[in-house]
Amino acid sequence: MTRRTLVTGLGVTAPTGLGVDEYWAATLAGRGAIRRVTRFDPTPYPSRLAGEIDGFDAAAHLPGRLLPQTDRMTRLALVAADWAFADAGLDPAHLPEYDVGVITASHSGGFEFGQNELRALWSKGGQYVSAYQSFAWFYAVNSGQISIRGGLRGPSSVVVSDQAGGLDALAQARRQIRKGTTAVIAGAVDASICPWGWVAQLTSGRLSTADDPERAYLPFDERAAGHVPGEGGALLVLEDAGHARERGAPRVYGEIAGHAASVDPRPGSDRAPTLQHAVELALADAGLDAGDIDVVFADAAAVPDLDRAEAEAITKVFGVRGVPVTAPKTTTGRLYSGAAPLDTAAALLSIRDGVIPPTTNSLPSPAYDIDLVTGAPRPAPVRAALVLARGHGGFNSALVVRAADTP
Amino acid sequence: MAATAFTLTDLKNVLLQAAGTDDAAALEGDIDDLRFEDLGYESLALLETAGHIERTYGISLDEDAFAAADTPRALVDLVNTHLSAAGTVRP
Repeated sequence: MTRRTLVTGLGVTAPTGLGVDEYWAATLAGRGAIRRVTRFDPTPYPSRLAGEIDGFDAAAHLPGRLLPQTDRMTRLALVAADWAFADAGLDPAHLPEYDVGVITASHSGGFEFGQNELRALWSKGGQYVSAYQSFAWFYAVNSGQISIRGGLRGPSSVVVSDQAGGLDALAQARRQIRKGTTAVIAGAVDASICPWGWVAQLTSGRLSTADDPERAYLPFDERAAGHVPGEGGALLVLEDAGHARERGAPRVYGEIAGHAASVDPRPGSDRAPTLQHAVELALADAGLDAGDIDVVFADAAAVPDLDRAEAEAITKVFGVRGVPVTAPKTTTGRLYSGAAPLDTAAALLSIRDGVIPPTTNSLPSPAYDIDLVTGAPRPAPVRAALVLARGHGGFNSALVVRAADTP
Repeated sequence: MAATAFTLTDLKNVLLQAAGTDDAAALEGDIDDLRFEDLGYESLALLETAGHIERTYGISLDEDAFAAADTPRALVDLVNTHLSAAGTVRP
């Protein structure tokens, strides 16, 4: 029998809240965190809004030894991991060291750290570049630092597929649990709101240039004109169901029930995009029909072509307005790899509380035949949810979570 | 004079700046003859520390001698040897 993978702990660092409770309260209330960038002066740049995390005091949470060697995204990830393990009531130090792994996704690595060292190199010389630059910028550094801090020597890796990576990491963790690993801390935290990160993001051509936070990131709206970047994400404790049951895990948020990933055809190809295929395969993997899904957490690119592609994929699988769709990431901006694990956390909280959080600011365009949840949170029994994520370059990923008491 | 150019206090300041500490008390007390490894400073932290010392004091530490200096006392002595050789007292 295949081992089932449960989510037994959540650690959230989001622009709308540090910790699950703060994040979820803000998400249900539709309180947004998008505003003019404060981490650097955005005046000379075409895009000037971001979802920034306020009030994160790394020194209050982490040993001083870790501060000179970590980028902001790694500090956030280390704290998210601590919170997730605490939420799970699981101390990895009490488990055999090869039984617990860490699998994260990364979009860009530690850009702010790298920018500071590049500045030191140009302005002062090579001897001023930190020895820690050797790893602090690296895609795998969050996995590495979490592994070292927690003594986790189980299967560990990093997935790099832009926003889709956040789901791909959860799927990879599930694979490892199926192969026998007891638990994996998985998900992603990205944070690159610094000039170097900003100019890299701008090359996508998908950043909103609006200055009004309420009109800047409007997925599925006729006014959609790009997204606002944000920072943060979520890490989840994924655990073998048998282990969770035997130890009496204090909380079981749900099961990672299905997943599939696909890659779109090259630009200009006459073949159809493949998000729909990923959704169908994820449902099949979960053993569910479209009718079993109670809510879809959309990727919500807020680029008209991409919104259309996503709306069509949803409509083809679920029918015209056949399932509630939401994108609470309108409150945080797009968190790159961190976005989908955060959406997965939100989906699990929707299952827990029987409520679907709203998409803020967007006025749904009649061009899309989807039932977008806007305005107020919508009470609804949620037994299973689908989370979608797409990455630049044609990556699609679809993940199904469902209530843990499903037989 | 040159023998006291670089003190244990100077080294503690460099360690704090370059590699941090798990708590402020970690470098208090009699640490002269404790090994860096036991103080929680691994090879990369020491590499970073060496970089700080080299650019602050304008010296170039011999790689093998630096690797052999595995306690604060040994490293302070090594730095002072270089400072004497360079004829420097203070930056």
